[in-house]
Amino acid sequence: MDYFFVLLFSGLAVLFILGGIILSYLIAPHRPNRIKNTPYECGEIPLGSAWIQFNVGYYLFALLFLIFDVEAAFLYPWAVILRVVGFPGLLEVGIFLLVLILGLIYARKKGALEWV
Amino acid sequence: MMSVGQPAWEVVTVADRAEYWLESHWYFAVAYMILAVLAVAAMVVALGMGLIYGERKIAAHFQCRMGPMRVGYHGILQSIADTIKLLLKEDIVPERADKVLHLVGPFLTLVVTILILGVLPYSPLLQLADVSLGVLYLTALSGLSVLGLLLGGWSSNNKWSLLGGMRAAAQVISYEITATLALLVVTMFAGTLTLSGIVQSQAQGWWVWRAHGVGLLSMGLFMIAATAEINRTPFDIPEGESELTGGFHTEYSGLRFAFFFLAEFINMFVVAGITVTLFLGGWMPLRIGNWETFNNLMGLIPPSLWFLGKVVVMVFVLMWFRWTFPRMRVDQLMRLEWKFLLPIGFINLFAAAVIILCKWYFFPV
Repeated sequence: MDYFFVLLFSGLAVLFILGGIILSYLIAPHRPNRIKNTPYECGEIPLGSAWIQFNVGYYLFALLFLIFDVEAAFLYPWAVILRVVGFPGLLEVGIFLLVLILGLIYARKKGALEWV
Repeated sequence: MMSVGQPAWEVVTVADRAEYWLESHWYFAVAYMILAVLAVAAMVVALGMGLIYGERKIAAHFQCRMGPMRVGYHGILQSIADTIKLLLKEDIVPERADKVLHLVGPFLTLVVTILILGVLPYSPLLQLADVSLGVLYLTALSGLSVLGLLLGGWSSNNKWSLLGGMRAAAQVISYEITATLALLVVTMFAGTLTLSGIVQSQAQGWWVWRAHGVGLLSMGLFMIAATAEINRTPFDIPEGESELTGGFHTEYSGLRFAFFFLAEFINMFVVAGITVTLFLGGWMPLRIGNWETFNNLMGLIPPSLWFLGKVVVMVFVLMWFRWTFPRMRVDQLMRLEWKFLLPIGFINLFAAAVIILCKWYFFPV
């Protein structure tokens, strides 16, 4: 039932936004022209498209994030039953995290965490 | 685990009530569902307007200005006027933009905000739904919120927007790790993931000080990470107007811009609400050890007021941040997360686990 409510809320969100946009479409003026519709580039005529290939420095961070976020998903069950699994559990999680932290140290030594 | 003598709070969510009536009188269940949805809708509107007005007034007074003064008494109707203005504005979509994704951007951002708003425990009797995965649900949704910003930035086909969206993605996903590690500490102490369970586990004292130092550190980490996740100053580089004109929402106008704006402000409430729920006892009244008279007096204030009061304080702190710290540079931001907050977060996590397992308690937990 709780998750059904979550579904209801997402339905509400969709309705809320669609309703707003339809309302604004009905009452707001709509007079597009060529100059108004060009992408904003500080008043200049834009040079080419923004969808070009460029060096995404964020890419490495995204990869690192992926590892640590998946790790976090593994840690939640452990955190809940921490008192049940006790020290053996802590040791296992410690080994698991150690591998990841070694990876982080490696990335740091390689300079992957430096913003170019 | 919990010591005796704590006041018993029974949590009944609106979802529970709906489930209770579902068998015998299904229309009661439907009425509860409609009520819940209407309540969330009303909250989105009221919070949006109230927080925008509050932020403008508080910002003004920080700078020795008056802020909005013309519309209504001390500008109290300013937000309503702004809403009507935004509704009447032309909705411009740049001609080479990806039209569908341009619409999906603000959509996703606001959906995430509304979904979190629906599960926060406002009081024992006023919680709409209590999802069993609680904290994990919050983490998952805050990870989803970056998608809206990224899509909005990419689909506009504008270089500023693209850079803003990329920055938003890098920033939000980086700080999410720290936020997760901080929330894990509370999960370990409370031994449950549900938000109502975490609030109830704080009947004897709030985790911020009852968690033996690691709680305080976690709260600090979470506040920093959360401020970065909702892109507020000093971490507002995705929309830094002095560098990127408007960042990911450069090409948004009218109501679509309003939705981004609304989500940003309600996120402030959401972050304050999560902090309060996990670290500051949620709707639990303040209790100090054996001061029975004091505890009884505090217990007289209704839980919903406790929650609201704490949230207002936290929101004010977030606004205070904005007028205290200058904006960071991108590289400083990434260095802060990956080289400082992340190691601290891991050490904090281990310290918490060791404290719990060795039972190094100064007072019973």
